[in-house]
Amino acid sequence: MASPGITLRARGLGKVYRTGDVEVHALRGLDLELASGELVVLLGPSGSGKSTLLNILGGLDTPTSGEAWFLDHELSRLDDAGLTRYRRDHVGFVFQFYNLIPSLTALENVSLVTEIARDPMPPREALELVGLGGRLDHFPAQLSGGEQQRVAIARAIAKRPDLLLCDEPTGALDSQTGVLVLEAVERIHEELGTTTVLITHNAVIADMADRVLVMGDGAIHDERRNAARRRARELTW
Amino acid sequence: MVTGALHRKLYRDLWRLRGQVLAIALVMASGVGVLVMALTTVESLEETAVAYYERNRFADVFAQVERAPEHLAARLRQIPGVQAVETRVVRTAVLDVEGFEEPVIGQLVSLPEGEALRLNRLTLRQGRLPRAAAPDEVVLLEPFAKAHGLDPGDRLRAVVNGRWRELTVVGIALSPEFVYAIGPGSLMPDNRRYGIVWLGHEALQAAYDLDGAFNHASLSLLRGTDPAAVVDRVDRLLEGYGGTGAYARADQLSNWFLMSEIDQQRTLSTILPTIFLAVAAFLTHMVLGRLIAVERSEIGLLKAFGYRNRDIALHYVRFALGIGLVGVLLGWFLGYWLGLYNTRVYAEFYHFPFLLFRPGPQAFLAAGAISLGAALLGALGAVREAAALPPAEAMRPPAPPMFRRGTLGRSGIANRLDQPTRILLRQVIRWPGRSFITTAGIAMAVAVLVVAMQWLDAIEHMIDVYFLQAQQQDVSVGLAEARSGEIERDLARLPGVIATEPMRSVPAKLRHGWREEREALQGLPARQQLYRVYDAEGRALELPPDGLVISTMLAKLLDVRVGDAITVEVLEGRRPVFDVPVVATFETYIGSPAYIDIHALNRLMHEGSSVTGVHLRVDALERAALFRELKSLPRVSSVTVKQAAVQTFRDTMAETITIFVSFFIVFACALAFGVTYNAARIALSERGRELATLRVLGFTRAEISYILLGEVALLAFLALPLGCLAGYALSTLIVGAFETELYRVPLVVRASTYGWAMLIGGLATAVSAFLVRRRVDRLDLIAVLKTRE
Repeated sequence: MASPGITLRARGLGKVYRTGDVEVHALRGLDLELASGELVVLLGPSGSGKSTLLNILGGLDTPTSGEAWFLDHELSRLDDAGLTRYRRDHVGFVFQFYNLIPSLTALENVSLVTEIARDPMPPREALELVGLGGRLDHFPAQLSGGEQQRVAIARAIAKRPDLLLCDEPTGALDSQTGVLVLEAVERIHEELGTTTVLITHNAVIADMADRVLVMGDGAIHDERRNAARRRARELTW
Repeated sequence: MVTGALHRKLYRDLWRLRGQVLAIALVMASGVGVLVMALTTVESLEETAVAYYERNRFADVFAQVERAPEHLAARLRQIPGVQAVETRVVRTAVLDVEGFEEPVIGQLVSLPEGEALRLNRLTLRQGRLPRAAAPDEVVLLEPFAKAHGLDPGDRLRAVVNGRWRELTVVGIALSPEFVYAIGPGSLMPDNRRYGIVWLGHEALQAAYDLDGAFNHASLSLLRGTDPAAVVDRVDRLLEGYGGTGAYARADQLSNWFLMSEIDQQRTLSTILPTIFLAVAAFLTHMVLGRLIAVERSEIGLLKAFGYRNRDIALHYVRFALGIGLVGVLLGWFLGYWLGLYNTRVYAEFYHFPFLLFRPGPQAFLAAGAISLGAALLGALGAVREAAALPPAEAMRPPAPPMFRRGTLGRSGIANRLDQPTRILLRQVIRWPGRSFITTAGIAMAVAVLVVAMQWLDAIEHMIDVYFLQAQQQDVSVGLAEARSGEIERDLARLPGVIATEPMRSVPAKLRHGWREEREALQGLPARQQLYRVYDAEGRALELPPDGLVISTMLAKLLDVRVGDAITVEVLEGRRPVFDVPVVATFETYIGSPAYIDIHALNRLMHEGSSVTGVHLRVDALERAALFRELKSLPRVSSVTVKQAAVQTFRDTMAETITIFVSFFIVFACALAFGVTYNAARIALSERGRELATLRVLGFTRAEISYILLGEVALLAFLALPLGCLAGYALSTLIVGAFETELYRVPLVVRASTYGWAMLIGGLATAVSAFLVRRRVDRLDLIAVLKTRE
């Protein structure tokens, strides 16, 4: 079902969580297409379903109904091993809380991923891309929050992923540091042409996107295209 | 003040961590179980023995003489402190039991006719005592009767003083004197080849020409009387009648075995529970430490609410006690059951008419207190930390752990390691204390396995050295008394006899300085072909023309060295006293023998060639014919078949030791399991987020399991050989503690034992790792994206 220029496509995605007698509809028949090389920002309040969507697109979770396709792989049909393979080969993740391995240095944290990737870039190069060429041998505990997040970005992109998924990457950072991190995301997107999805509830960040999707109540409420993307460096909040 | 809410938290914590709680509780229960088992066994065996001895009036002092007139009994009774005296005739004879090819050795013991036994009373299990003037009526010791299926009314034959006598069984009985009935030259009771036969006193007197005389006396003492003083007086009194030396109850064979068994149980109750409880304490420490780390902010919150440090401390102390309580309760049940089982095994082995297994609360209370103490000790450090945590600091997340490149820097090997391996190595190095506990715990499990299985090795080794290498004879014939050496030639002519070798055993007191030991001097040919003097290293020793070759145990008991002279006071015949030098010592596992060249011995005894036994090498095909002949030889008092002795030794060991080895294998597995399970669960709890991140990054389950369990595997890999070393050391300790004058268990650990110990320890580790691995599969990948630890 691959369409030219489309990296990800979802049709009628639904996700229901059951906890006891309570059913929570996190996604309700959502449709979505992501073009190759696109930078999309997902906006929306807590509980609007954006993380659930990201988890399904990233192969961490499976939908209850509907289908999701990555190129010609139907994600909704992959088993655990298949999803692991998908994440390993195609997806780069950046988390709100960095999730670096404390016992590994910056360089080693990146090597962790390049060792299992098919066509990675040298770990040093990835760290240079995020401006951390000088802190290769520092352990996470020796790095600031922004530096840690940039290591996390380097780790996510070192495998040259087809898809970079960032879940609130600036959520734990002050605005100055946040901007540095967004600059890194922007640079990667531009230099590698990686399809990028960035979740935030900071509306300012939406200005750096090609396309902005606003989610609410498990569906996309609003969609807009930025005529001109603003540079990350110009953002303040 | 502790509220209901904290109580509920306690129960929920215990329930939530039930796997880990149970793993520690199992380790603790093993310790408590062994402790309760040993203590209740000791208690019940002691209680049973005391009650049995008292009810059946087991004598306090025993004396053997050649022949003493009956009126001497009155003189014995006058010795201060003596309460009652019983004189008897006791002789060894060959029995012929129908349907049993081999000759049986019977200990004939006289019963007073027409009056009740004053001492060493029998407990009749079946039938009745012999009637007065019924010389052929006998009572048999129950295990012997059972082994041959003999019941009242059945018959058997005995060579009594050279004449065949047809005996009729009228009763089956047990006696406090023969709780452990062991034949001459045996190491283990063999109920088929050795039995006790009670006959009327006069009948036996008449048969052995002892009219108006006795050859054995039993004395009971008034409470508080020193048996040693009485033994001295009895010795002096009986000296002129061929006394071979009186001895107190403590040296009575059956009682001696029973008491040393009880002592071994006591030893067991100290060493092994200590290991288990120490490990349990460490595990409690580890788990509690982790729980407190996870609950840091909750502790801060509680303190912010106004809970006092004491309340917090008490809460976690209760948690430790909760674990301890589960362990103690499990251990109590286990210990009660094991104790009952153990006591039953002993009751089977030692023949008591009744068994008192009603353990008092002491054993349980002691085990409970020690275990809860261990749990508390383990909790101490972690609890103090929780109490000392300032509330504001507690509510902040802990500082991230600092890692350093350290030794795992950029050395050649380090550069070639992949990142997952680096993670697991740094984890081990970062928490050396915890790594040490895990390694030590698994190592102790392997050590317990080595100790348990070492017994089997030791026994095989003993059998090999003592029976198979040293003893080349097939049959040993014992004579009622010393005979001219011609009997050897007579025996050589019997069917199937290929070779013969004489031996002469002389009861004696051996003295050096103030030390004195009663030990038979054994005369053997200078170069033995059949019954060889063998040392523990497996070397055959040649006996020098004069002088003694003694066991190192005897040398120790007498405090003599090679070159020193021992004064030998012979207790039979002309009772000569002479000094002989010790020319060599040798190591042996069994007894404390003293050997001398048989010619030298006869010379020192001022006698011509005489023997008390002959070892035979026999053609297996003619065994039956030989046994027929041996049964009818008048002078023969015992026939020991080596093959049977080996078999009995093996069977007895198989019955008792194998069962205990299996118990300890189970305990050791619980230990390895408990340690690994907790180590892996704690690692999982600490690094769940890290592992989930790796899963998100595309690592497979197997790959992240490698990081988590690789650490355990690495520690286990280090622990296995360490465990073998510790096992060897622990075996040395236990073997030393179990050493008695009668036998020393050799310290022999076969390579295969180390192999098995490592395999079993490794398997137990692997099983618990597998259980934790299943939890790895259930890691919540999504949670890590949103939460900060």
